[in-house]
Amino acid sequence: MTTIFDNVSRRAFLVGGAAVVGGLIVGVRVLPRTFAAGTLPPLGDDTPKYNPMAFVAIDPTGRVTIVAHRSEMGQGARTALPMALADELEADWSRVVVVQAPGDEATYGGQNTDGSRSLRRCLAPMRQAGAAVRQMLETAAAKVWGVEADEVRARNHQVIHTPTGRALGFGDLAGAARDLPVPTASAVELKSKAEFRYLGKTVPMVDLVDMTSGQAHYGIDARLPGMKHAVIARPPVYGGRVVSFDEAAARAVPGVERVVKLDSTPPPSGFQPLGGVAVIARNTWAAIQGRNALNVKWDDGPNRLYESAAYRRQLEETARRAGKVVRNDGDAPGALASAARVVKADYYIPHLAHAPMEPPAAAAHVADGRCEAWGCTQNPQGARNELAKTLGISPDRVKVNVTLLGGGFGRKSKPDYIVEAALLSRAVSAPVKVTWTREDEIHHDYYHTVNAQHLEAALDPQGRVYAWLHRTVFPAIPSTFLPDVRYASDNELSQGCLDVPYAIPNIRCENGEAVPHVRIGWFRSVINIPHAFAVCSFADELAHAAGRDPKDYLLQLLGPSRHVAAGPHYQNYGEDLRAYPIDTARLRGVLELVAEKAQWGRKVPAGHGLGIAVHRSFVSYVATVVEVAVGEDGTISIPRVDTAVDCGFAAFPERIRSQVEGAAVMALSSTLYGEITFRDGRAQQSNFNDFQVARMNAAPRETHVHIVESDAVPGGIGEVGVPPFGPALCNAIFAATGRRIRRLPIGEQLKNGGAS
Amino acid sequence: MAAMTTLDINGKRVDVDVPADTPLLWTLRDELGMTGTKFGCGMALCGACTVHLDGAPIRSCVTPISAAVGKQVTTIEAVGATPVGRRVVAAWRALNVPQCGYCQSGQIMSACGLLARTPRPTDAQIDEAMAGNICRCGTYQRIRAAIKSAAGGA
Repeated sequence: MTTIFDNVSRRAFLVGGAAVVGGLIVGVRVLPRTFAAGTLPPLGDDTPKYNPMAFVAIDPTGRVTIVAHRSEMGQGARTALPMALADELEADWSRVVVVQAPGDEATYGGQNTDGSRSLRRCLAPMRQAGAAVRQMLETAAAKVWGVEADEVRARNHQVIHTPTGRALGFGDLAGAARDLPVPTASAVELKSKAEFRYLGKTVPMVDLVDMTSGQAHYGIDARLPGMKHAVIARPPVYGGRVVSFDEAAARAVPGVERVVKLDSTPPPSGFQPLGGVAVIARNTWAAIQGRNALNVKWDDGPNRLYESAAYRRQLEETARRAGKVVRNDGDAPGALASAARVVKADYYIPHLAHAPMEPPAAAAHVADGRCEAWGCTQNPQGARNELAKTLGISPDRVKVNVTLLGGGFGRKSKPDYIVEAALLSRAVSAPVKVTWTREDEIHHDYYHTVNAQHLEAALDPQGRVYAWLHRTVFPAIPSTFLPDVRYASDNELSQGCLDVPYAIPNIRCENGEAVPHVRIGWFRSVINIPHAFAVCSFADELAHAAGRDPKDYLLQLLGPSRHVAAGPHYQNYGEDLRAYPIDTARLRGVLELVAEKAQWGRKVPAGHGLGIAVHRSFVSYVATVVEVAVGEDGTISIPRVDTAVDCGFAAFPERIRSQVEGAAVMALSSTLYGEITFRDGRAQQSNFNDFQVARMNAAPRETHVHIVESDAVPGGIGEVGVPPFGPALCNAIFAATGRRIRRLPIGEQLKNGGAS
Repeated sequence: MAAMTTLDINGKRVDVDVPADTPLLWTLRDELGMTGTKFGCGMALCGACTVHLDGAPIRSCVTPISAAVGKQVTTIEAVGATPVGRRVVAAWRALNVPQCGYCQSGQIMSACGLLARTPRPTDAQIDEAMAGNICRCGTYQRIRAAIKSAAGGA
């Protein structure tokens, strides 16, 4: 099978066997982790392991090919990881071609690009792989010259015999190096930080030129010979199914060729498609017109009663009752019952849609007992496994090619749209591309959960907190994959609830029951969004209750430098707590840094306010100060944002800055406008007119990113800028107006007297 | 399937045989294989599909090909044909503007349209011209800086 994707210069996406195999191949591996049907997909763990695999090839001309095995959605993984390998290899980056790996767990290890893990998990093994190849090239050169190994060293794409200055290019040595034993991980010598050629420096993304010339290829751009275009009418209510439709009317639309009914998957539907009726046409527009003519009648099923206002009341009632205890230090209920002063607050955050600018899209060709697919997927292995399961063929007969992603944000970890393309290709015996319209994306998302929280704190006469109760209630992500899920997973509770880092002797965290009615999924920073909103807002409320400066009060809450023990349920993003402790010194560090850089406490104009929040997620530490300006009519603008980030070693600082700049905009969208509501089981929003996201005129005028210089093991960066932004903004609004936002989105709340 | 329609795209005459009410976007992408112009909303809400019609930015997702007949269509693939286009693209690259990159074709076409008629835009003029282009990754700060840089300021 061939595609029309160009394999140009240093940017390639198709790894045909011969395209990669050169004079020398070694590799690294992140230990694969498979999951069977009916179990939870992995979230936050795939243990790195060094293993010889196919990650780098050098051909006789000296061209170095490096495999990018993680998906690119703007975060820079497709550049950073090959760059790390190239750096240790002493390769000249301008002579490196990056090729994108298809989904192949056995060869490449974990590829599911979510959980802010790419750099965190793969930096070390990619560096080791580069160093191993470098050592092999050095050994080969020493043999050619008949000299001792310690007399040669690789330097910028060649190996030099130091005493004589003789040099051999990588291409000259590849053939001799390929048969040498691959050094073990413990035998490779890594560079020191001072020797880095690319790491820690500003290097453009490998796709920058293509992205600015219309040449970058995303899933929606897939083109195959003989390919048909499909759009699908899916059940408007989760778990619904088709009763009837007007095939003739759809086929009467010029360009429409086929109409195919797809079976619905009863909840929990996991990665399977929702079913419905597909219209297949010569182009996407004809397919859309055909779908409009279908007049599908639906059996909505049990979720037809889902209604957001009633569901909110239900969640809030649950949050007012005792729940399942998930962390219990000391005796918080006892302390609260006898406290002279208790502060209480309730917070609510609605469903969100991901709304990546590229909606889900994929092409597939099923023929001769094989399937090849092209998609904008964060999770090519998940797609491969799901395709194999659905088509009843073995995974080794399925190939999933990864395109660029036009935004992912967690949506594209779920491969349902790739399965749709394959089912339709099988049905019509031709390659098919499925394109989701924006309405499809908003109506049938794996939504960010909806959440109610109740917090209580007991204050002593000096305003210090000595008891803390945090109750969180939300339909959980595992409910998308497993039946009868009513409580959150430990993993979700570990995102900003169990890991509250405050020095308080009595802490109780509880989780209440919630019944799911839609597909719940990961959304950039996941359950950190509601938890950070509540915890960081409540800290600000307590500071004001105690009559203290919010930043000073946060330092007091964080207490002395120490490693927080978050209890037996705590998951730590899949990392070992010894390597990645919850370190209050680093929380204090980013808080102090952002306060200094933002000139915390500075005088601001009337109607302006400063708000501050600090939060650890994905084992990185982030503090944000937002300056807000609230107009007399309640209009909000953001003159300035400062964010301090401690993500350990900053391998790719330019992308750290861009990710944090972007996180402020995405979090602003959610905080100001973001809300998906349901009535009669149907999402009531449909496009960017009623699911608004921030535009340039609303975006922060200046976002300043301050990166902590560190040699610590790398933490996540793709998601970590999101959680503290919303509470910092709402704390700023309180400083500006005296109005406390406890329900998101802010929407019109400041325009109607501030009731929440 | 319909009468042929003749279009002028990036200086080339092309014939397409789709109904005259077919949006320019899908004609470019699916019929002509010019995938640099992106779909984002289908309702002129996001700007991902922005192309130039006789030099002015329009949303190709709501522009039927009948409205482009007799006019010059310019897409991202030909952005480098003008000095303004070259300056804008160079500024985009120098500032590492894109994240996922998907919306950037439309952003660049809107920016070129702005600078072609307003060579030295103010912040308010930039906001006004670019407010129709959504970037979900949130690259607005760099887009604004790139426009200023391409304009010769900042």
